[in-house]
Amino acid sequence: MASEGREKPEVGHDQAPAVSTKVDSIIKVLRVLAFLLTLDATLVMALNKQTKTFTVATIGTVPLRATLSAKFQHTPAFVFFVVANANAALHNLLMLAVAFAGSKLSLKGFAPLVVPVLDLVNVAIVSGGASAAVFMGQLGRNGNSHARWNKICDKFESYCNRGGAAMISSLVGVLLMIIICAVSIVRIRNHYAGYNKLPLNSSVLP
Amino acid sequence: MSLSKRIPMLLLRLIALGASVCAIVIMVTSRDSAQVFGMNISAKYSNIPTFKYFVLVNAIASAYTLILLCIPSKNSCGHMILVLDLVIALLLDSSISACVAIGLVGKKGNTHAGWLPICGQVPKFCDHVTGAIAAGFIAAIAYFLVVLYSVHSVMNLFAPRA
Repeated sequence: MASEGREKPEVGHDQAPAVSTKVDSIIKVLRVLAFLLTLDATLVMALNKQTKTFTVATIGTVPLRATLSAKFQHTPAFVFFVVANANAALHNLLMLAVAFAGSKLSLKGFAPLVVPVLDLVNVAIVSGGASAAVFMGQLGRNGNSHARWNKICDKFESYCNRGGAAMISSLVGVLLMIIICAVSIVRIRNHYAGYNKLPLNSSVLP
Repeated sequence: MSLSKRIPMLLLRLIALGASVCAIVIMVTSRDSAQVFGMNISAKYSNIPTFKYFVLVNAIASAYTLILLCIPSKNSCGHMILVLDLVIALLLDSSISACVAIGLVGKKGNTHAGWLPICGQVPKFCDHVTGAIAAGFIAAIAYFLVVLYSVHSVMNLFAPRA
């Protein structure tokens, strides 16, 4: 490996131990799963809608009926959830394409940093969206007696159940994306620790 | 490890510690009561599960930062600390996101669900919660900068190659 000291270092081509290709394929599988889960969460929540007709009052023998509908747009938290999961699904798709085509490109300079940083940003956004939706869903299911907010899930059951399913799949997708992000960041350290002669234990502790 | 590399990391962790402790204190001391239509309405942070989650996550983050600042720096578990930093940053981010979502319902209500805003009746509670969310936001950003900085200091992009 003496000749590489004179050239500009490139990522991954020279140091490609056999372990890294196994990790590569595991990451690809996880990314496919994360893409499917976030896509599923987006679609289920975006198509979540329920309309019900209630009898509001009775005048004599004639019941007064009102039609109420529950849509995901009524709640800003669910709108953020849909947007965040759509963004994450697109990101996972693009990163899959990069992972499959990456062996044909030669990456220099800043390029290998782009994937982990984008992963980090997207994981943050989706985790924020998922947790906001989970707590709004909990408020809708249980209500809050102290604030006089009534629960709505007893009237709109299938809306709540579908929303819950979307939240579960988004949460599992977030978990997978956290694992992918952690592995990407750790792999940068492994790639670059040799070139800059930094000991691996020194840069994170204060 | 050189001092110039350690100082920004130490500073960021101290900022995160201070911000998360502030967030806990402000949220825990938030309470207000009002008389509406002859009924006593009292608002405390523990009435709302989201705010309890916020306090819990900030407590975990401050305990973790405190432990990290106290252990000696010649350990070889840098990878594990990086992953834990990432997890704590994501937890902080999720807690502020949930609190903002519930806070919006409290401030503006939700006409479709028939939920009335409560900030008009208990303004001191709402102000305290806003302050706590702001402090939590600072803590989350500080932790993200910690993760980004530890990635950058390994890449060492702007130093001459050895």
